[in-house]
Amino acid sequence: MQAGDTQRKNRRTTLLLGGMVVLMFGFGFALVPLYNLFCQVTGTQSIALRAEMGRIPMTSTEVDEARLITVKFDTTVNPNLPWEFEAAKASMQVHPGQMYEVNFVANNRSSATVTGQAIPSVAPWQATPYFSKLECFCFNRQTLEGHEQTDMPLRFMVSPDLPAEIHSLTLSYSFMRLKAGQEPESPTAIPPAIVTAQ
Amino acid sequence: MSTTTLSHDEAHHHDAPKGWRRWLFSTNHKDIGTLYLLFALTMLFLGGASAMLIRMELFMPGIQLVDPDLYNNLVTNHALIMIFGAVMPAAAGLANWMIPMMIGAPDMALPRMNNLSFWILPAAATMLILSFVVPFFPGGGTQINTGWTLYPPLSVQVGMSMDFLIFAIHLLGISSVLASINIIVTLLNMRAPGMALMKMPMFCWTWLVTAFLLILVVPVLAGGVTMLLFDRHFGTSFFDAAGGGDPVLFQHLFWFFGHPEVYILLLPSIGVLSHVIPAFSRKPLFGYNSMVGSMLAVATIGMVVWAHHQYTIGMSMGAVTYFMIGTIIISIPVGLMIFNFIATMWRGSMTFETPMLFAIAIVLMFTFGGLSGVMLAVVPADMQYHDSMFVVAHFHYVLMPGAVFGLFAGVFYWLPKWTGHMYDERLGKIFFWTNVIGFNITFFPQHFLGLAGMPRRIIDYNVMFTEFNVISSVGAIIFGLSHLLLLYIVIKTIRGGKKAESRSWEGAKGLEWELDSPPAFHTWTVAPQVK
Ligand code: HEM
Ligand SMILES: [Cu+2]
Repeated sequence: MQAGDTQRKNRRTTLLLGGMVVLMFGFGFALVPLYNLFCQVTGTQSIALRAEMGRIPMTSTEVDEARLITVKFDTTVNPNLPWEFEAAKASMQVHPGQMYEVNFVANNRSSATVTGQAIPSVAPWQATPYFSKLECFCFNRQTLEGHEQTDMPLRFMVSPDLPAEIHSLTLSYSFMRLKAGQEPESPTAIPPAIVTAQ
Repeated sequence: MSTTTLSHDEAHHHDAPKGWRRWLFSTNHKDIGTLYLLFALTMLFLGGASAMLIRMELFMPGIQLVDPDLYNNLVTNHALIMIFGAVMPAAAGLANWMIPMMIGAPDMALPRMNNLSFWILPAAATMLILSFVVPFFPGGGTQINTGWTLYPPLSVQVGMSMDFLIFAIHLLGISSVLASINIIVTLLNMRAPGMALMKMPMFCWTWLVTAFLLILVVPVLAGGVTMLLFDRHFGTSFFDAAGGGDPVLFQHLFWFFGHPEVYILLLPSIGVLSHVIPAFSRKPLFGYNSMVGSMLAVATIGMVVWAHHQYTIGMSMGAVTYFMIGTIIISIPVGLMIFNFIATMWRGSMTFETPMLFAIAIVLMFTFGGLSGVMLAVVPADMQYHDSMFVVAHFHYVLMPGAVFGLFAGVFYWLPKWTGHMYDERLGKIFFWTNVIGFNITFFPQHFLGLAGMPRRIIDYNVMFTEFNVISSVGAIIFGLSHLLLLYIVIKTIRGGKKAESRSWEGAKGLEWELDSPPAFHTWTVAPQVK
């Protein structure tokens, strides 16, 4: 084999491999839309799950006195929102089929008027369709004046159809800032859907 | 001999240039290999120092030596320095030294690029060290308390040290991609006449696969940290839920790189074993074809199982099941490789020099780590084990034997070839035993800690975990100090010792053993004919 031949071959292989590197770098960025698409199709993402929240029709409206479920409350405030936001209680014991109310306290620590939107999610995710919110501050955007503090009620019910192996669940809220004119990214304002199928 | 004709350039012999220019401008694969290995050794001690601080802090419950953010920065640095600074450069050093000698090539295919891929490393290491140092200065921002996985949102909130780290990762990535391209081109185009791909030495095969993995996954990591940089400074929200992004996306990008990365760390050492075990069993490698096959299977399946690091993020049942089954399937080809090694030893006339001792330790202990891996692959079990010390025990049992001990075995096996001197076998054995015993005392108790519920990456712990942590820290002292002996042995061997023959080990096979020990500055300028 001639040395010149090897050099030509080397150059070709190098270019080919360099092309592969560029392609894979692009692939990394292509994963961003692909990921969203994949999540929409397979329902992996919590957004798709949120739409399921409280969507399982209840087969009975009776309160299941025999069963006690622990509902824990978890709150997160996105760093772009200058608020404090906490549940008045860390957790509650509830009977499936019965309605409960709990307060969340929000406090604007800045002096400006700020609008935010809360995004709910339920863990374990299997419990999501069985958790119904009848009234929630997360259905609407919330606006607080500078240094205003407010109580925000949540009324909820856990469906008696909640799978038997689930004894406790966590309701989690993430509060984020909405800039003027900005709509929340996803349809979070889900109407309280309690479909009673008898 | 072959009919190879050489161009003027290649036939032109010159001696090694002298002084610092020899190293800075080097295009010689042996010198660059040496540079890589020395760099890796330095980083081994730097990464080791951060590990020792971690273990000293965990010696007792409570907070004694460092504050929590610094502790987490140490954890971050330990992992990044060991992976990108020690193991990958050491494996690249072995590749540089051995691949041309093994395939009968005069040098790497792209010698100038070779020089570049090495000399990027010290710059990257400087960036990495700066990322650790900067928060100590006023206005330097906060420490990198994320761990090596750099998950947002935390990694978006860290101060400017994160920017240093992101650039360090870019540089490290460029360096290893360039090195990979060079290795692939060399292996594909520069083999001696008659050496078909399926006659290539196993070490070359493992590096061919490793280099392809690197080319496929490192650019994705580079993309991921670039997005992180944009989120931090340019108002994008790839990973910020408030702007419509998703922090979990970063996890996918990271582990798309991260899982193949563990095979990148593992495979070169598997290659070393495929030379060491036959040499000291005095038998050819059992199942060459199946080794190549299972390695390709591991690499291919390994590309599509990354989300077993993310079982707890709330994937759909279908996705979780897929990733679980895929992960468990990988243990089949991995097991096959181990069986091949055992079958190679079977009825061989074995002797137990230091490289072989390490090889046997790898077969035993790597298998153990693989078993705890299968436990972690099972979703309901992992819901409990995830982010606990059990995971730490698992990956140290696969990475220490699977990557580091393999590199030690390679260094001891080839030191006589590189230096022309035999190392001190008695010291080598003492190093082996202190190292392996220290390793097991350090990491075995961490399985129990994890199962009992001790989380990883947290500076303080419940007093009920004290005993096992004390044992682990004592083991870490033995383990850490044993590396000073390695340093001593290496220096001693470079400076002198019993003269090594060309075939330094009785059972060693391959083209590299037909060259003098140490080999001339330029070797195989006339390609050998392989039958
Ligand atoms: C039989 C093969 C293996 C299986 C089934 C397996 C499985 C797993 C699983 C499921 C995890 C995630 C645990 C968790 O975070 O909850 C994990 C973590 C890890 N494994 Fe393996 N593994 C295997 C082999 C290996 C090998 C060969 C290496 C490297 C040489 C390795 C290195 C790691 C590392 C570094 C982590 C932790 C990464 C981190 O969270 O920082 N594993 N393994
Ligand atoms: Cu993995």
